[in-house]
Amino acid sequence: MEHMGIEPDRIHYSWISSAESTKFVEVVKEVTEKVKALGPNQHFAKHEAKVA
Amino acid sequence: MSEYNDKIREISQRLLKECQVDMVIGFRKGSMPMMNEPCFIKNAKDAAQLVWDSNCGINLANYLTNRTEKIGIIAKGCDSRNIVTHIIENKISREQLVIIGVPCQGMIDKHKTTSMFAGDIQDVTEDGGKIKITVNGQVNELDKADVLQKNCAVCTHRNPVIYDEMVADPVEEQNVDRYEDVRQIEAMNPEEKWNYFEELLSPCIRCYACKNACPLCYCPTCFVDESKPQWVGKGQDPTDVRTFHFLRAFHCGGRCTDCGACERACPVGINMRVFTKKLEKDSFEQFGWEAGLTLDERPPLDTYRPDDPDEFIK
Repeated sequence: MEHMGIEPDRIHYSWISSAESTKFVEVVKEVTEKVKALGPNQHFAKHEAKVA
Repeated sequence: MSEYNDKIREISQRLLKECQVDMVIGFRKGSMPMMNEPCFIKNAKDAAQLVWDSNCGINLANYLTNRTEKIGIIAKGCDSRNIVTHIIENKISREQLVIIGVPCQGMIDKHKTTSMFAGDIQDVTEDGGKIKITVNGQVNELDKADVLQKNCAVCTHRNPVIYDEMVADPVEEQNVDRYEDVRQIEAMNPEEKWNYFEELLSPCIRCYACKNACPLCYCPTCFVDESKPQWVGKGQDPTDVRTFHFLRAFHCGGRCTDCGACERACPVGINMRVFTKKLEKDSFEQFGWEAGLTLDERPPLDTYRPDDPDEFIK
C-alpha cells in the first residue's frame, strides 16, 4: 500500500493480546493522532459515481 | 537459432513416437511477425511445425494447469520456474512432464520494436545478436540487446532450473541489478508514488489480458469476476483499475518469476510488472526467496519460521 502512494501513517499493524487493554488504548490514540495529522484520505475514494 | 529448432523438433518427434508423451506444448510461427503462437503437437509428423526464436515470450507453463495427460513442454528459464511453481501448487505433477529445456538469451520487446517504426513490420529475422526488421520493404538492422523485453534485460535465470532434455549448452547468466526500477519508485514521496501509478494505469481498459497470460492466474473464478461479494468494481473508475492491478500483484506475491508475460500481453503497453516486482523484491530481501527455483522448499507465504521479519508490527 505504501509503495503505491498511501501515506505510511495511515497503515498500522499491531499485535495486541486481549489482556493488554492499556496497549490497545495507547495504539488507538497514537493511530488516531497520526491519521488526524494527515487529514482526510484523498486516495482510494470514489468521489462521485461515474456515468458512462 | 536453427540448431535450437532442429533439436527441439528431433526431441519432440522422439517423445511422441515413443509415446512418452501425449502432446508437446511449444511454439509455431504465428500469422504475423514477432507473434509466435503456442501450439499443442499431438502427432510426431507435426513436430516440424515447432519453432524457436526471440519471439517466444509467452509463458507456456500457463497451459499446464490441471492437465491430465502426459506432456512434453518446451521451457526457457522463466517457463521452467513457473513449471516448478505449478508442481509445488499441485496444478500438475512432475511425473506427467517431460521438460525440454531451452537456454534463453532474451525475447524481443514487441511493443518497443513496433513503436520504433512508422509502418507495419513485414518481417523479422535474427542472426546472433542482430535483428533485421523489414518495414515498407526496407531492411533495418538492430542490436538485439537494444530491443530486449525489460524483464529479459534484467533476467538472472536464463537457463531452465528443471529439465529432462536440454536443447543446447547452458548460456552464461547475467550479473545485473534487478531492482533499479523498484528502488526509483521507493525513493518517491507518497504523492509522487500515487501520481506515478495513476499515470501508469490510466490507459488500462480492463481487458484482463495480463491475468490471462499469467501462469499464476489460474483460479476458476477470479476475484474480479466474483459478484457475491463484489471485491472490486467492474468499470473504468481509476480506483477499481488500481485495485485490480495491485490485488492481482498481491496474489502473485512470492510466486512471480518476472517472466514478463503480463506486460507482453498488454495491448496498451502498461508495465504492470512494477507492482509484481516490488513483491518479488520484498520476497527476495525479506525471505531470501526467488520463486520457482526448487521443488524441495515451500514458498515463504505458506510456511512459518520464527525468524520471519516482523518489524512492521508495532
